Amino acid sequence: MNEYISVLIMLFLAAATAAGMIVATSLIGPKIEFADKMEPFECGESQIVSSKRRFSVKFYLVALFFVIFDIEAVFVYPWAVLFKDLGWFGFVEMMIFIAILTIGLIYVWRRGALEWE
Amino acid sequence: MVADLIESIAKIVFVFSMNVGFFAPVLGWVERKQSALMQDRIGANRADILGFTAIGLFHSLADALKVLAKEDFIPAGANKFFHTVAPFICLVPAISTFAVVPFGGRYELFGHQVNLVIADLDVGILFVFALASLATYGVVLAGWSSRSNWSLLGGLRASAQMLSYEVAMGLTIIGVIMVFGSLRLTEIGALQENFFHWGIFLQPLGFVLFFTCAIAENKRVPFDIPEAESELVAGYFTEYSGLKFVMFWMAEFLEIVTISGIVTTLFFGAWHLPFVTDQMLLSWLQFAGANGAAFLAMLVNVATFFAKVIFFIWLQMSIRWTLPRFRYDQIMRLCWKMLLPLALVNILITGLVVLVL
Repeated sequence: MNEYISVLIMLFLAAATAAGMIVATSLIGPKIEFADKMEPFECGESQIVSSKRRFSVKFYLVALFFVIFDIEAVFVYPWAVLFKDLGWFGFVEMMIFIAILTIGLIYVWRRGALEWE
Repeated sequence: MVADLIESIAKIVFVFSMNVGFFAPVLGWVERKQSALMQDRIGANRADILGFTAIGLFHSLADALKVLAKEDFIPAGANKFFHTVAPFICLVPAISTFAVVPFGGRYELFGHQVNLVIADLDVGILFVFALASLATYGVVLAGWSSRSNWSLLGGLRASAQMLSYEVAMGLTIIGVIMVFGSLRLTEIGALQENFFHWGIFLQPLGFVLFFTCAIAENKRVPFDIPEAESELVAGYFTEYSGLKFVMFWMAEFLEIVTISGIVTTLFFGAWHLPFVTDQMLLSWLQFAGANGAAFLAMLVNVATFFAKVIFFIWLQMSIRWTLPRFRYDQIMRLCWKMLLPLALVNILITGLVVLVL
């Protein structure tokens, strides 16, 4: 039996459980709506500032670093599986690759992109 | 063919009921009871059925019933679709990741090969990472769609934290793959038959790094800044109630179970007892006949695996109630300036040691 069929069955079961819970909670339970209640939670006060505002660019930077470093990590996976067959040649090649990655990390570090004040 | 089908269905039913039916509700109780124990309190002990309290175990049942009767609240400004879909995206990967974690070895039962893993994928670890990263979407969508300041801050913090730790986690695991030469979790488990070949002896640094990253990825204390209850109310799930709230909570507990399962598989000999090889175990159990011995060996191995899993669940719970919460800059510094370079050093050392020896 194809292994991925089992994965699909498991995903389907998980999705059915999750969907069942969402449907159950939206059907059962009271439904009382009035303006004060429908406001977002702000410790009992009316909302002072809207949540549709700008936030620190730092978070975008982290997302950019993630894309760069995670893609580099993905390149290392197939090498790691074949590592023992490739021997010293593969090892040195990969160390050069990782050295370049490290230079990137040092650059980011030195430019202060990893500082949170 | 029919035997295969029965085997698959039996394994799926077992894992599903073990996780959703046993671990998720019981861990809710364990967390309350263990925190009470560690803080010298009594903890949950009131819910009873006909006078039996079962040391508070019925609280899980009582909570489930109570939460079912709660209103499903969606704030006026919220994006209704994403607000509803977010807990779904969180829970589905949490339940299905366990599909690739082997909870036993291979056994010959009545001429049929039983392989105790739901899906023996050749890309096992990558599948785990792929599904684990999906949870990030759920958290970020939950924070953003609620249109609440607390949720937005929680979602933002969660997104940056989970992305950062995913990089570090991806690189820490490479040492393990280099040593075992496979991404298939059943193969990694089978290679750890010898006690001194357990991942913890071959990759001690890898274990510490991976466990740290895994806890951070699951947003547990000391890395629970996205839901820091003393500053952000409940972080990204502030605006959730009823079963949708429970879904985030369940996802967190199931991820604890999955992390424990993966740590056991990669570093602690998977289903193997220390100093006992598969052959020894089978020969000890020969009194039950060939099929009986295989069956008993299977039971012993499954019990061993879940004992180890429960140990790591306990360890994570203890960490949860022992350490104070880190500040956000500390969390990010730990990831990018310590764990990531250490993971790279780990790859270098592992490579040198494997090649020289």
